[in-house]
Amino acid sequence: MDVLHKVPVREQDPKVRAHNFEEVCYGYNAEEAVEEAQRCLGCKNARCMQGCPVAINIPEFIAKIKDGDFEGAYYVISEASSLPAVCGRVCPQECQCEGKCVRGVKGEPVAIGKLERFVADWAREHGIVPKKAEKMNGHKVAVIGSGPAGLSCAGDLAKLGYSVTIFEALHEPGGVLTYGIPEFRLPKSAVVQKEIDNVRALGVEIVCNAIIGKSITIDELMADGYEAVFIGSGAGLPKFMGIPGEQANGVFSANEYLTRSNLMKAFKEDYATPIAAGKKVAVVGGGNVAMDAARTALRLGAEVYIVYRRGEEELPARVEEVHHAKEEGIIFKLLTNPTEILVDDKGWVAGMKCVEMELGEPDESGRRRPVVKPNSEFVLDVDTVIMSLGTSPNPLISSTTEGLETSKWKCIIASEENGQTSKEGVFAGGDAVTGAATVILAMEAGRAGARGIHEYLQNK
Amino acid sequence: MYDILRAEKLAENIYLFDVKAPLVSRKCLPGQFVIVKTDEKSERIPLTICDYDREKETVTLVVQVVGASSFRMAQLKTGEAFADIVGPLGRASEFISEDPETLSKKKVLFVAGGLGTAPVYPQVKWFHENGFHADAIVGAKTKDLVIMEKEMSEVAENLYITTDDGTYGRHGMVTQVISDLVAEGKQYDACVAIGPMIMMKFVCKLTKELGIPTIVSMNPIMVDGTGMCGACRLTVDGQVKFACVDGPEFDGHKVDFDEAMKRSAMYKTEEGRAFLAAKEGDTHHGGCGNCGGDK
Repeated sequence: MDVLHKVPVREQDPKVRAHNFEEVCYGYNAEEAVEEAQRCLGCKNARCMQGCPVAINIPEFIAKIKDGDFEGAYYVISEASSLPAVCGRVCPQECQCEGKCVRGVKGEPVAIGKLERFVADWAREHGIVPKKAEKMNGHKVAVIGSGPAGLSCAGDLAKLGYSVTIFEALHEPGGVLTYGIPEFRLPKSAVVQKEIDNVRALGVEIVCNAIIGKSITIDELMADGYEAVFIGSGAGLPKFMGIPGEQANGVFSANEYLTRSNLMKAFKEDYATPIAAGKKVAVVGGGNVAMDAARTALRLGAEVYIVYRRGEEELPARVEEVHHAKEEGIIFKLLTNPTEILVDDKGWVAGMKCVEMELGEPDESGRRRPVVKPNSEFVLDVDTVIMSLGTSPNPLISSTTEGLETSKWKCIIASEENGQTSKEGVFAGGDAVTGAATVILAMEAGRAGARGIHEYLQNK
Repeated sequence: MYDILRAEKLAENIYLFDVKAPLVSRKCLPGQFVIVKTDEKSERIPLTICDYDREKETVTLVVQVVGASSFRMAQLKTGEAFADIVGPLGRASEFISEDPETLSKKKVLFVAGGLGTAPVYPQVKWFHENGFHADAIVGAKTKDLVIMEKEMSEVAENLYITTDDGTYGRHGMVTQVISDLVAEGKQYDACVAIGPMIMMKFVCKLTKELGIPTIVSMNPIMVDGTGMCGACRLTVDGQVKFACVDGPEFDGHKVDFDEAMKRSAMYKTEEGRAFLAAKEGDTHHGGCGNCGGDK
């Protein structure tokens, strides 16, 4: 065994997968998982755990894998995480658990993410579900949004015996796991729905088509007997650049493009929702969402560019996503910034004017500020532009809830430690509080909210 | 599932549904809309709420068949159900929060074009029920396409029907009727126009000349309808607005209609259709400003 390197994980051939929506990574089988688990040193002072936002007992679950006790490993993980099959797939492990792994000092860290995924997939295939609370405690809690923050908050509370109802605005639960992250990275019926079923198995009820702030207000929920509310309503309105031509047909937000494809399944022939996929597509932005949009457009048959104003090192996306995107043939136009979208006489995108950038002095974010290179203007020949620049908060809840304070960016203000907001009994976490971030950080906030609610109701 | 308590054909290609939707009916106000999904594989389609009954927990929706999705919807019968309805979405009409004293002194003109009669109705009804006065103009292409005349006549102080071909009521476009009424000496302090975008554009052009502030209800393409996707963005007074959370009603004199019509044609123009034909087939469901299928 080569202790310095991870057991390689099997993946779909890039040339083949560029044309389908099947999952890219196949994950480990039992034999590979046990072999990889043996690389774990089982540190007493486990640094990996400090890197895990939801504090999974990593050495313990890996030790169970070593022993071939996969069911035991699953129960260890599910104490801390309600969505292990999701996290094993989409967490940025390189800067969390694996980034802290002692093995990584010399050689590659233990493939903690792939091991987590293996355990979760194995448990699902073997019909193992998380353990339900033995006794309900008689308290009712409402959770707004069924994305990663809401599901993890609801899961934790249900395990403590609370009756939890999740209210979801869309017609399907899952939030960004359903509408945002594509099938090829996170299979919907095979993985996401099953994880949600597991949260339901803990006793959580999910009500879809209920938009809080519109259908029901938070005050009405509390008058209706919910003793505490957790807001995990997610990100909001997509941002645009404010450059000329952005209203042209063929300019989408990444949210729209991905929602059409993922939630509405526009990529499948028998679903009615259309998507103007484009033949030559520019995705503006360098985050995970940009990679998802680019790789979706590629699979819908387009030639795809990622246009990002900083350099490779500054790309905010997970390393694995960038690597996969490159393998599949996405063309990276780095240090490039759009200045105008050209529009034809029918109102459609006819190209995108860009300038080249170079990196100057570091700015307040610590990243080197990109500055325009003189006389570098050129036109990128594209018919579709997807803006992936993040989101600004959705006003529906904050504008209809008396006493709920928001920041100057209109994000809900909530304690990082326990999710407490300015309104008694109301807790919040995830993108609604932080602005667009990752699935695992939303889950961490969901767990913190569950702790906050538990303390609040115990002391009430 | 959302049970259909009544399905009725109002006119050629125009269908009405009374649907059980408690979460919507308890809260909805004139001007708001819902997103409806017929079945598992259907699109999410925005429809303005045309009436509601808080006791029976129903909302009334009116649909015009203009493509595959609305055709599918029109097949539904009493006793069947929609897969999904969510709402009420968007902001309620502004006059609902207006000072009653001020509003009672105002003379308001509602202008409805074609299917726009359906969303105009709850607003005129609200005026009537709250003791305010409103006149209404209802325009349609031809006699057979005039809908909800009886209901409108019961709530409007004066109702003026007009048809493009003169087969019923006055002869001509709604703009002609507005000009005629003003020429006859009628004075209006505010106008609300709902109908195809091209109609709203020309009503606004006229009322701007006449100095009558005008509200329009925009019905752009939407996907989620909750402020997530940005498909429904439009330019109002030079600023980007999202119809689903900032609207759907806007100051008509500030809306960039030409841009909105182009955007609505996204999946509807020849190019768009040709582009999509191979994958999706005919998915037109109104909103193009050309087919008359808006609202």
